[in-house]
Amino acid sequence: MYRYDEFDAQFVKERVSQFRYQVERRLAGELTEDEFKPLRLMNGLYLQLHAYMLRIAVPYGTLNAKQMRMLAHIARKYDKGYGHFTTRTNMQFHWIKLVDVPDILEELASVEMHCIQTSGNCIRNVTADHFAGATDEEIEDPRPLCEIIRQWSSLHPEFVFLARKFKIAVGATPHDRAALLWHDMPVEIVKNEAGEVGYRVYAGGGMGRTPYIALLMKDFVKREDILAYLEAVLRVYNQDSRRDNIHKQRIKILVNTIGQEEMQRRIEREFEEIKASGSLQLPQEELDRIKAYFAPPKFETLDDEMPIGSYDFENWKKTNIHKHRAPGYAIATISLKAIGQTPGDISHVQMDALADLMDQFGIDEIRVSHEQNLVLPHARKRDLPAIFARLQKLDLATPNSGLITDIIACPGLDYCDLANARSIPIAKDIARRFENLDRQHDIGELKIKISGCINACGHHHAGHIGILGVDKKGVEYYQILLGGSGAEDATVGNIMGPGFSAHDIGPAVERVVDTYVKLRQNGERFLDTYRRVGMEPFKNMAYLEQMYAAH
Amino acid sequence: MPLIKDSAFVQDAFVTVADDAALPGGAAIVSLARFQKERDALLARNAPLGIQLKAPENPELLGEDVQRFSVIVLEFPAFRDGRAFSWARMLRERLNFTGEIRGAGHFLYDQIAYMKRVGFDAWNVAEGFPLEQFHRALTEITNVYQPSADGKKTIRELRATPRP
Repeated sequence: MYRYDEFDAQFVKERVSQFRYQVERRLAGELTEDEFKPLRLMNGLYLQLHAYMLRIAVPYGTLNAKQMRMLAHIARKYDKGYGHFTTRTNMQFHWIKLVDVPDILEELASVEMHCIQTSGNCIRNVTADHFAGATDEEIEDPRPLCEIIRQWSSLHPEFVFLARKFKIAVGATPHDRAALLWHDMPVEIVKNEAGEVGYRVYAGGGMGRTPYIALLMKDFVKREDILAYLEAVLRVYNQDSRRDNIHKQRIKILVNTIGQEEMQRRIEREFEEIKASGSLQLPQEELDRIKAYFAPPKFETLDDEMPIGSYDFENWKKTNIHKHRAPGYAIATISLKAIGQTPGDISHVQMDALADLMDQFGIDEIRVSHEQNLVLPHARKRDLPAIFARLQKLDLATPNSGLITDIIACPGLDYCDLANARSIPIAKDIARRFENLDRQHDIGELKIKISGCINACGHHHAGHIGILGVDKKGVEYYQILLGGSGAEDATVGNIMGPGFSAHDIGPAVERVVDTYVKLRQNGERFLDTYRRVGMEPFKNMAYLEQMYAAH
Repeated sequence: MPLIKDSAFVQDAFVTVADDAALPGGAAIVSLARFQKERDALLARNAPLGIQLKAPENPELLGEDVQRFSVIVLEFPAFRDGRAFSWARMLRERLNFTGEIRGAGHFLYDQIAYMKRVGFDAWNVAEGFPLEQFHRALTEITNVYQPSADGKKTIRELRATPRP
């Protein structure tokens, strides 16, 4: 994985001092909260319901064992002993004191980590496929480009006071695991007819109150031109976005107001000029230098046989193991969705133990997925039973990756200042209802995503079943959306109708799922059945109880 | 308002003129609206001319006239409005404007370094703003990742430079 050189190290160190000075000025009353807010947000610091929340960047979801231990240490020393992995593959601590933040940043810098641009109206942490570098499906590892984008976007003088936040993801596989088209600017690694590798760039995806799937901006951008093109997109956005209504300031609104063609035309004009100036052209040497950091580990020549183990191990294998590019290796997903637990939460004990496990089994890096799970990208197949046994002891061996209990949920009203409703108890309730593993396997791939407010941090628009928490006169209600997708067939889910109470939402979801089980044909997934039969049958069943109650 | 230029407080040679006020004899800064209305008369004056652009006003609106100004003031209605960062770069890099680009309005200490990078070279600061603060702002971060209008060597270029 990437290692800082002297320049990166100095940059992050100076950024810590810069922020320390900002905190000093805030504590001394020289900065108003209004003035301090964008500065702290640019460093991942939120003021939430109970305390400050600090969001630590995990660039493209990659961590080494040392960094994992540091996160455990921070959880122990500065928080309540646990942290939370987010849908942007970052780590959040929810019980932080403002005075401690500069020291935390300094500790993070010692293991090449930071909080730069994990929030605020700037270019956010760049995400990628969590199987990057390990799957045989990809054209190439997307992370070198992510790292190049990370550096280019770090304190970019022109783009740190954008109209709104700006999210970039890089994909490299036909099957999208990074919710690519939901980003402000998705970048897809592609091969053209001549066999050259380049980039397809989209713009204008986003969740929030007005969900949009990104539209194509340019079919093929040459390797050396990619930063020039990205800069062109950002410049058009910075110049032309509305600034008069916070709900209409994302790039998705600009793109859909002026239209795809006009957006393409404006970008093209900037692109030609930036390209001609040559200053952002990416030299092959720099690309090679960055790529070298992401070279795959030296794979041993191993027997490709998959070990057979206990009943539990076999169940885990069914869902949590994915094909690796090298024989004798596997990609293993560590579920952070134990039944009854908060999705994405992890304790300091678990983090330390995972770091030990990585060391013991020679796994250099671990990944965070946008689905709030962890991934061991390069595990030897023969080690899997031992790894599984360790994970079981840590309560990290839940065999539910991709199943109905593998629920995405934002922190919701339990923590978040913006939320209208709690998400975590709903996620826990639904997971308990479907705890039976045979039933989960029978239901198959079904992605439930829960947001506690319209900001959609829990990706409810992209859920096969999405759940949106709303507030009706001080009471929490939950709307159901059906048919969303965050994969390569990205679609926006449709709202079913009026919301359910916290008490009724679980049973309503069960009725929706039971309806699917009755209606499905020939191995259809929930999403396929919904696409075939539409909303009506699900809606009729979901509201059934209410109808009886009303008559 | 105090004016910082070339790393020091300087006397502002320009008078910013309201749209309905009479023009002074000397150097004056006018709004885009006034310039568009009184263009010929303003350009015929025998004194340096400046223009103040509001955040939504794209400098390209000035067309060829851009070179007739000695000063272009870019206004920050609120520090969160970052459009001027793009306008300044456009003035320097596309329109080849070599005169003074002055920041005015509500910007923060923490934005001064970014402003310098995109091409600002003069700052209207609040009464009592210490000059040491200005210098401190420019030295917080030594090296940069992106090429910009200040022509500063990027980290990528520094990496490629052989070191002793």
